[in-house]
Amino acid sequence: MTVASSHPEPVPIPAGPGDRPSQTPRPPRRDERLWTRELMSAAAVNGLRKLDPRSMVRNPVMFVVEVGSVFTTADALRYLVTGHLALFSFVGQISVWLWLTVLFANFAEAMAEGRGQAHAAALRRTRVETVARRETATGLEEVPATVLAKGDVVRVDANGIIPSDGEVIEGVASVDESAITGESAPVIRESGGDRSAVTGGTRVTSDWLRIRIAAGRGETFLDRMIELIETSQRRKTPNEIALALLLAGMTLIFLVVVVTLAPFSAYSHAPVSVTVLIALLVALAPTTIGGLLSAIGISGMNRLLERNVLALTGRAVEAAGDVSVIMLDKTGTLTLGNRQATEFICAPGVDPTQLATAAQLASLADETPEGRSIVVLAKTAHGLREQPLGEREAAFVPFSAQTRMSGVDLGAQQIRKGAVDAVAAWTGQSIPDEVAATVDRISRSGGTPLLVAQDRRVLGTVHLKDVVKEGIKDRLQALRSAGVKTVMITGDNPVTAAAIASEVGVDEFLAEATPERKMEYVKAMKAEGYLVGMVGDGTNDAPALANADVAVAMNTGTMAAREAGNMIDLDSNPTKLIEIVEVGKQILITRGALTTFSVANDVAKYFAIIPAMFVVAFPGLSALNVMHLTSPGTAILSAIIFNALIIPALIPLALRGVHYRPAGAAVILRRNLLIYGMGGIILPFAGIKVIDMAVSALHLVSVIH
Amino acid sequence: MTWQGALQPIILVAVVAVLAWSVGSYLYRVFENQRTYLDPVLIPVERAVYRLCGVDPQAEMRWTTYVFALLAVNVVGFLVLFGLLTLQPLLPLNPAHLPAIPFWTAWNTAVSFMTNTNWQVYGGETTMSYLSQSWLVVQQFLSPVSGICLFLAVARGFSRQNSRTLGNFWHDFVRSLLWVAVPFAIVATIVLVALGSPQNLKAYTHVTTLQGGHQIIAQGPIAAMTAIMQLGDNGGGFMNMNAAHPFEAPNVASLLFQLVLGFAIPAGLIYVFGKMIKDRRQSWAIFAAMAVMFIGGSLVLYHFEAAGSAMLPMHQVHLASAGNMVGKETRFGVGTTSLFENSTTAVSWGSVAASNDSLTPIGGMVALFNMLTGEVIFGSWGVGMIGMLAYVVLAIFLAGLMVGRTPEYLGKKIGAYEVKMAVLAMVVPSFVILILAALSVVIRPGLAGIFNPGPHGLTEVLYAFASGVGNNGSAFGGLAAASPWYAATVGVAMLLGRFPMYIPLVAMASVLAGKQRIPVSAGTFPTHGPLFVVLLVGTVLIVGALVFFPVLALGPLAEQFAMRSGQLF
Repeated sequence: MTVASSHPEPVPIPAGPGDRPSQTPRPPRRDERLWTRELMSAAAVNGLRKLDPRSMVRNPVMFVVEVGSVFTTADALRYLVTGHLALFSFVGQISVWLWLTVLFANFAEAMAEGRGQAHAAALRRTRVETVARRETATGLEEVPATVLAKGDVVRVDANGIIPSDGEVIEGVASVDESAITGESAPVIRESGGDRSAVTGGTRVTSDWLRIRIAAGRGETFLDRMIELIETSQRRKTPNEIALALLLAGMTLIFLVVVVTLAPFSAYSHAPVSVTVLIALLVALAPTTIGGLLSAIGISGMNRLLERNVLALTGRAVEAAGDVSVIMLDKTGTLTLGNRQATEFICAPGVDPTQLATAAQLASLADETPEGRSIVVLAKTAHGLREQPLGEREAAFVPFSAQTRMSGVDLGAQQIRKGAVDAVAAWTGQSIPDEVAATVDRISRSGGTPLLVAQDRRVLGTVHLKDVVKEGIKDRLQALRSAGVKTVMITGDNPVTAAAIASEVGVDEFLAEATPERKMEYVKAMKAEGYLVGMVGDGTNDAPALANADVAVAMNTGTMAAREAGNMIDLDSNPTKLIEIVEVGKQILITRGALTTFSVANDVAKYFAIIPAMFVVAFPGLSALNVMHLTSPGTAILSAIIFNALIIPALIPLALRGVHYRPAGAAVILRRNLLIYGMGGIILPFAGIKVIDMAVSALHLVSVIH
Repeated sequence: MTWQGALQPIILVAVVAVLAWSVGSYLYRVFENQRTYLDPVLIPVERAVYRLCGVDPQAEMRWTTYVFALLAVNVVGFLVLFGLLTLQPLLPLNPAHLPAIPFWTAWNTAVSFMTNTNWQVYGGETTMSYLSQSWLVVQQFLSPVSGICLFLAVARGFSRQNSRTLGNFWHDFVRSLLWVAVPFAIVATIVLVALGSPQNLKAYTHVTTLQGGHQIIAQGPIAAMTAIMQLGDNGGGFMNMNAAHPFEAPNVASLLFQLVLGFAIPAGLIYVFGKMIKDRRQSWAIFAAMAVMFIGGSLVLYHFEAAGSAMLPMHQVHLASAGNMVGKETRFGVGTTSLFENSTTAVSWGSVAASNDSLTPIGGMVALFNMLTGEVIFGSWGVGMIGMLAYVVLAIFLAGLMVGRTPEYLGKKIGAYEVKMAVLAMVVPSFVILILAALSVVIRPGLAGIFNPGPHGLTEVLYAFASGVGNNGSAFGGLAAASPWYAATVGVAMLLGRFPMYIPLVAMASVLAGKQRIPVSAGTFPTHGPLFVVLLVGTVLIVGALVFFPVLALGPLAEQFAMRSGQLF
């Protein structure tokens, strides 16, 4: 067992937002606003550009609509030329709405892409050409950053731009990484340890660094980031591919339904025009989800980007929704990362104030969080002000690994605090039974006991506790209700780990974790069929990261960790994994909700279009016109208008995502089936009816088809 | 419509549920090589068969090998039957010197009896020699047993993990035949004899009626034929009138026994599925979805049959007994007949107790719809269940994302390949029905075979292809089914509706078998509760309705609404 000030805090990283998610605001996000004028106008132009059949063909559902639009437009022009103006008006209007259906879908996709592109453009601006000072056998030479090769060593002084990605091999410096992370407070980078990776394009604000370059031209983090943001928009995830396949299959079935309807209607002496058949096809094809599918995926990636998470593959984002086990480091993720004094427990016959005073005095020079927390506890719990030592002759005894205690000598008065056995040895006598019992109790509860002794006499015990982050318990509970198992990873012994695990509320813990054990654990979980998500920053996390399904590497971490991960958190906030899981689920739910909605919509469209098509030949079929639409013409036009307008109406939902609150699958399914399944059946009945009333009131249709 | 009549399907489903459990438990023992009472007799036979055929029943097969073996057995059955039919005059056991069967009829019949359709475009006693007839009976055993094999292969896709194989075809085939088809058929025959069906090999009896007329009373091994016809969901009856004939169903008790008999194996296999995946709740959810659709269909059919034709009151005709009695057997009445007619297309046995052509338009549409949705409301041996599993995959895929996970069923992730195969299984039947029916109503040979023009004729054509694709075998009537066009195309439909529909599902199962099962958690899409039943029923109905609603609007719906305004077709 170590004492409080085992070693100085490694790096005074400015408290990241994630350390206390509920207390500090998020870092400034990019592109928070959905609907800016520039984004919309660019999307409108890009939407038009996407009408190119070569790009449309990648989306079979909308491609069919486009081909249908071409046919009906040609039909309309034919009527115009032959002077059938009433028919021209009807077919022309159908054509306009079919084109709009395609355009709305393209616009949705362009909107989603536009936000990513704006982000990429912003990053590209930061990719400035810099001059690097490369080490040669004889000294330093100045070369453009672009000629740097992997393995070169460069030196960067204060106010210099780091020319490329690399590993610090010498020096400590504060680095401004705002170009990448948007976080303005500089961070510390130093050789050795887990904070040695530097990113090209960031700026050294003080001191200097020797860096071994780890990426050649075009391979830097920044380059990859820009490339990812741009290309992630074109690559489909596995589930997207499967869904697109199903939608294409459905479209194909409806194509056959509509094509065979021509002979059936001819046989039945109820001929229908090509325009009406195309209108039926478009109404039945899953255009709503077909039009919004890619926008949902892209905007999901954007939402991650807004949280400063860079997903290296779309597959990882999807896997995030599926994750069934997440592994969280205890320190820094579940607990505040440093132990805090929570209690002074006196030895028999010792006055509480005396113990508090001694503990405070012994800690005055102790700058570790543990030491400071003892001073603070003495102040808050016992009203002890920091005692002015100036008048007294104080000699501070610093902590050392050999003595494992620290303290102060005030003249003849000697005060020590530290590890139980070390302090006991210093007193030269066995500790009282009551104190031993207290020590035992604290150890078993997962805390760290410190003994305080004055003049070789044990005064009592200080209870140092891992303080669980505020709100973390509720988040873990929410995850559990969503069926995600949480595992705490810690280097502590099993007894301590068990105590903290139960306090935090994780399902399992991995104590005395080593890199091998972590990797074995990940592998074992995967063998049982779990999808594992984990966060890591150190080189020793890399093997486990490489095996995890969702592996979030901290941006502050080592190159090895960053390369093993499939997501990078630019904020280096280990709690972010929970948000990533939520975003992943949100994307999937949005996709599923709109699919269900789209298919359910068809019921109402049938009741609008089918009676309209055949009511002339079979007047009895007007019984199916349950919406009492005005005429066959208005019915068909209204269904098509509804079909077109529902796409822009759902763009905000597609881009923002369906609201997600973690809960059990049964609860979520019931709610979403009700909203998007039942809603999908009912809403279009109302919508088509209203549009029909408007169409009739405006006298838009003057003929029966 | 009386409450007693409405209660019938509900009671039937309750009986079938008990049957599913008891028969299913036995079937599971058979497939898992556990001990059964029949072992002392059958195990030596089984061993002899394997030795004779030189097959190793333990050798695990990949899906391609499994399907190849299945196809081989079916093709041999087809070729033997086709040969027997076309070479009939040259072969023995043909005392009546019946001529060779025309090519298209032989094709149609051979496909029909290979695919468990048993669509008959011939008159048995006037066309088939005893040799041909006896092989037709053999096929009535082989084809449903093939269905069990398809089921077992698909079910193993869900029950296994990290496996590249789906079992051994010969093992599944031989055990299903020896332990299931044969003993069940023998028991059923005895029961039918006890209930009054004749079972003899006597010559037809010539009698003089009380009025002095002369009548030939046909008889023969009717109980045995009826037993395998109903048990195997075949529908190839001894008598042309099927269950409406007093020898096939001498009384209501016999008819009800046959009704229940048809459900026995398909329902039992649903239960077997749950046993195999070690979660019987899943079985009951699927059973419930089927039951809901079955009861719903029965009640709709019964409602419209009980309401009868709107034409009669319009013409001041008032019958003593309400309801549409045209084409129905008076001994059974509207309620029981409606139940039987809904069952014949739901469970896919295809034998009828009434003339479907004379059902009310909506009544006929219900029977038609059961087949259009892919014969998944119990369906015939095994294939009804796996057809439903394809719908399950589809339902999970459409709605499953809504719980925030990529879709999974029974712990297996549903990926692009699985979706592709399930979609293929869905697409094939709809395409075949729509395209062949559309062709038939525009080309001359097709039109020539339609006896009733207008919407009713359209229903007749649709029904024929739906019955063929669904491997049902029941006929609506009113169609020249034996004409070369219909004999050839319905034959094609039967073939496409069997192998191209179900083999993709075996391929899907093979991929699923290779996957690791994901542990169940609170985040798992629940597939055993009432909510899932609603979702599954909704998927079957909406997907079925979406594809066929337009053509149904031109057929039965147009007819029903026209009838209201006094127009008949």
